Amino acid sequence: MRLRQIRELLDAVIVHQAIPEDTDLSWAIATDLMSEVLYYSKDNSLLITGLTRQQAIRTAHIADIRVVVFTKGKEPDFQTLELAKDKGVTLLITPHCTFSACGILYERGMRCCPDE
Amino acid sequence: MRLKQISERLSLQPVNATEEMLSADVTGGYISDLLSDVMANAERGTLWITLQTHENIVAVAVLKELAGVVIVNGRRPSEEAVEKALQEGVPLFVTPLSGFEVAGRLYMLFHAEEIQG
Amino acid sequence: MSSHRQIKEGSFHILGGDFANAGEASTSIKRELLEMGVEEDTIRRVSIATFEAEMNIIIYATAGIIRYTITPEEVIIIAEDMGPGIEDIELAMQEGYSTAPDWVREMGWGAGMGLPNMKKNSDVFKIDSVVGEGTRVDMIIKRRRNETEADQ
Repeated sequence: MRLRQIRELLDAVIVHQAIPEDTDLSWAIATDLMSEVLYYSKDNSLLITGLTRQQAIRTAHIADIRVVVFTKGKEPDFQTLELAKDKGVTLLITPHCTFSACGILYERGMRCCPDE
Repeated sequence: MRLKQISERLSLQPVNATEEMLSADVTGGYISDLLSDVMANAERGTLWITLQTHENIVAVAVLKELAGVVIVNGRRPSEEAVEKALQEGVPLFVTPLSGFEVAGRLYMLFHAEEIQG
Repeated sequence: MSSHRQIKEGSFHILGGDFANAGEASTSIKRELLEMGVEEDTIRRVSIATFEAEMNIIIYATAGIIRYTITPEEVIIIAEDMGPGIEDIELAMQEGYSTAPDWVREMGWGAGMGLPNMKKNSDVFKIDSVVGEGTRVDMIIKRRRNETEADQ
């Protein structure tokens, strides 16, 4: 699913964009626990999280996740935004809760990272 | 939608649920691994999807009057959590599916119900 | 040829409780690997294993040190801390087992996946711990270069 479509479906605002809007993202992972992201994510996945802290950006960077969606309209603080810029992580904010964000994307065909 | 219907449709494995518990009505879903977030934002009657397995999930479910807790990614609730859930009558489920998958499927179930009226 | 023969090493001091800088050491090692042109799969596994080791020091220990050695064949990561130690290593290795307090869980950590994650990403994983003194984790990540690179 392309970044543009994800933004539109989730009524999201892109607060930092580091990749083109036609970039295709293969998988989604939804969690607030960072080790889980490190354990299950594949590169080219999308992280949907309510953990709107620096840790989410740091974890995304380490796990080669290029796009993070913060849910429930939570604005990142200054340090979190700066980190996203510094690490080249694209950051979106959606007004939807994580449950609805997952549902909306799932309904349009997005799937979770496959097991190895 | 009844909890029983949801657990069957999503192949959730009940840990402790009795028939009586399964007849409860579910109003929606909520997915979060942060207890403070659930305490602040989850609505009454929703089914909570999480990776958390320790006993505090039961206290949160009771306080927020949630319909039940689904523990994802093949995790098992701790013994303390199972015991507490029995005492408090909170239905716990486990599933090998990911949080994204369970949330997605549950969302679609509710959506389909809406369309059918 | 010369770039493949290179051996690089270094170390980072980690302060317990320093969540503000959490991930700096792993990010620096990742950057170094990228600059050396190390293959992606290796970078990913080293980054993840090191990040978990770094977080464990920050969450549980007073202080610690992470040392790394990058050779053409493998990457060696040693994380050593002054901390509470681990009473039951077998239990600690179980997915989902954690002794982290609630506030750590609220920061997105302490879900009992740290050690399993380190093991999953290493080819050799060794852990030694003395209760009341500290813990040492040794990890070796073998480099799996593709055919063309290996032939060079």
